[in-house]
Amino acid sequence: MSKFQVDEHGYYGQFGGAYIPELLYPNVKELEDNYLEIINSEAFQKEYLYLLKQYVGRPTPLYLAPNLSKKYGAHIYLKREDLNHTGAHKVNNTIGQILIAKHLGKKRIIAETGAGQHGVATATVCALMNLECIVFMGEVDIKRQAPNVARMKMLGATVVAATSGSKTLKDATNEAIRDWIQHPEETYYLIGSVVGPHPYPDMVARLQAIISEEIKWQLKEQTGKENPDTIIACVGGGSNAAGAFYHYMDDEEVALVAVEAAGLGINSGESAATSQLGQVGVIHGSKTILMQDEYGQITEPYSISAGLDYPGVGPLHAHLFESGRGTFMNATDQEALDAAFELTELEGIIPALESSHALAVLGKMDLKKDQVVVINLSGRGDKDLETYIDELEKREARKHE
Amino acid sequence: MSKINQLFKEKPNRLCSVYFTSGYPNLNDTATVIKGLEAAGVDFLEVGLPYSDPMADGPTIQESSSIALKNGINLDLIFNQLDEIKDEINIPLVAMGYFNQVVRYGAERFCKKCQSVGIETLVLPDMPMIEYENTYKAMFAEYGLSNVFLITPQTSEERIKKIDEMTDAFIYVVASSSITGAKGTISDKQIAYFNRIKSYNLKSTLIAGFGISSKDTFDTVCNHVNGAIIGSAFVKYVGTNGVDHIDAFVKDIIG
Repeated sequence: MSKFQVDEHGYYGQFGGAYIPELLYPNVKELEDNYLEIINSEAFQKEYLYLLKQYVGRPTPLYLAPNLSKKYGAHIYLKREDLNHTGAHKVNNTIGQILIAKHLGKKRIIAETGAGQHGVATATVCALMNLECIVFMGEVDIKRQAPNVARMKMLGATVVAATSGSKTLKDATNEAIRDWIQHPEETYYLIGSVVGPHPYPDMVARLQAIISEEIKWQLKEQTGKENPDTIIACVGGGSNAAGAFYHYMDDEEVALVAVEAAGLGINSGESAATSQLGQVGVIHGSKTILMQDEYGQITEPYSISAGLDYPGVGPLHAHLFESGRGTFMNATDQEALDAAFELTELEGIIPALESSHALAVLGKMDLKKDQVVVINLSGRGDKDLETYIDELEKREARKHE
Repeated sequence: MSKINQLFKEKPNRLCSVYFTSGYPNLNDTATVIKGLEAAGVDFLEVGLPYSDPMADGPTIQESSSIALKNGINLDLIFNQLDEIKDEINIPLVAMGYFNQVVRYGAERFCKKCQSVGIETLVLPDMPMIEYENTYKAMFAEYGLSNVFLITPQTSEERIKKIDEMTDAFIYVVASSSITGAKGTISDKQIAYFNRIKSYNLKSTLIAGFGISSKDTFDTVCNHVNGAIIGSAFVKYVGTNGVDHIDAFVKDIIG
């Protein structure tokens, strides 16, 4: 048994579990009792892999980035999750969960979203499967991610504004949970990351594991070896990192680097670097590390990237952090922006702001000449154009000074 | 015997409990609210420990919690407020909060404080039963505390019976499959649910909560279970009317 797989009680080390009110117990239990059997069934695997191939466009390329490699003096590969249909890794999970929901006979799908990527990926598969879709999104995020809101609506989803708290991802999640409590029987809650009560973290990790499964054979094809020396991925809740790490967790020779959003700086009070700023506690049904005050009140995180703007981290990552198996680094808003511009200039790829955090630690690492590094490029930057245009204007203004 | 079990022995029916959000509408309203509710004839109280992310609560209680937190309420202040009036009140107190508050405060320290201010019952809706059984039941008992579990129309008979065995105070019967404060009436389906639970002949006192907001709903529910908790309706009332005339609110419900 792997040290990093969930145990039979739903825990990764001391983290995980299902800290949920009784009102949610039957739903979560139903999922727990069925998810493995469904995922492991031939019918599920056949349809899931078919859709990933023909609908999503998998396998995504593993691209040896020559200019980036030259600049940092290592062999740097990009796992191109940005090339997936809908623009990020999120769809790997929504395809899988929508099939599970259908199998359970659920007719109504709810989801939370921050930047809107998971919302769009959910609305997309609901359109595909002709299921009702309701997406909860913070009022603040609705304003700052208007194109994704429009996409979801065009896909037929109802977008509901979360108006409590900071009106962002955490609050959208609370609203989704509340809706689930009110509609316990017909509703399936399609969680977008490796967070939430057991079995969600394990289920989402399994559905994202396709990323590292592909890295293994692609790397072997290109280098003769399955294992890179280092894998780097950004972590908000942590689903793309879970997918990129999944098949390497027990190969301790592969360094796993998780990059959190430092916001304006770890000690600025405006940050989302949970492992550095958090303590053990419970958030959204899972025991993990989270940002909180001395009374256990969850504090508001901050990051320029809506997808990393979350005060917790999935229980698997809390375990990787606590056990030392994972190396946790972080990047500030500005470092992420610089990395986004660097990748664009060097390789002609505009990355999502989230993924730019992973790119941003290259310069902070002591890379060796022959080191093989895989960076999970989890999403594309189309949704972040407004932020990038602001940065571009600043850069041009500086040039003219 | 705990105060609450003494109460259940003396008054098996029409038990009226009120939930209030500590620190709401104003930081130091706690004493006035507790004394007011006791004087108005309420049987026991749920002291709400405001939480930033109260996933089992509806919008009214969430909003009041967020205002209370902005007012500066915290666990230490609540314990101090309760400590100051503990000799003046006799009404049983149930604390209702979320598991993370207890974990972060330190479970043992939390229990000790509860005991010292006269809290003898806890409702922590997101504490898993298995964790209670394995870790906390013994610790709680050491400080004279017992935990209350919720059941809903979806809770299986087997699980209800297990909860009944594990309960030293009462079972919190979620009256509707919804969050607090969402519904206005008691439906036939809910009555069928109450009757189903009654048919299990449980040893525990049954107190219904969620959606009980008027004399009508209170009376209907009390025909089927031992009593009811009024939450959102009271929070809404003090939000609008302040805390000086809460006897009027209580009279309207229990007559």
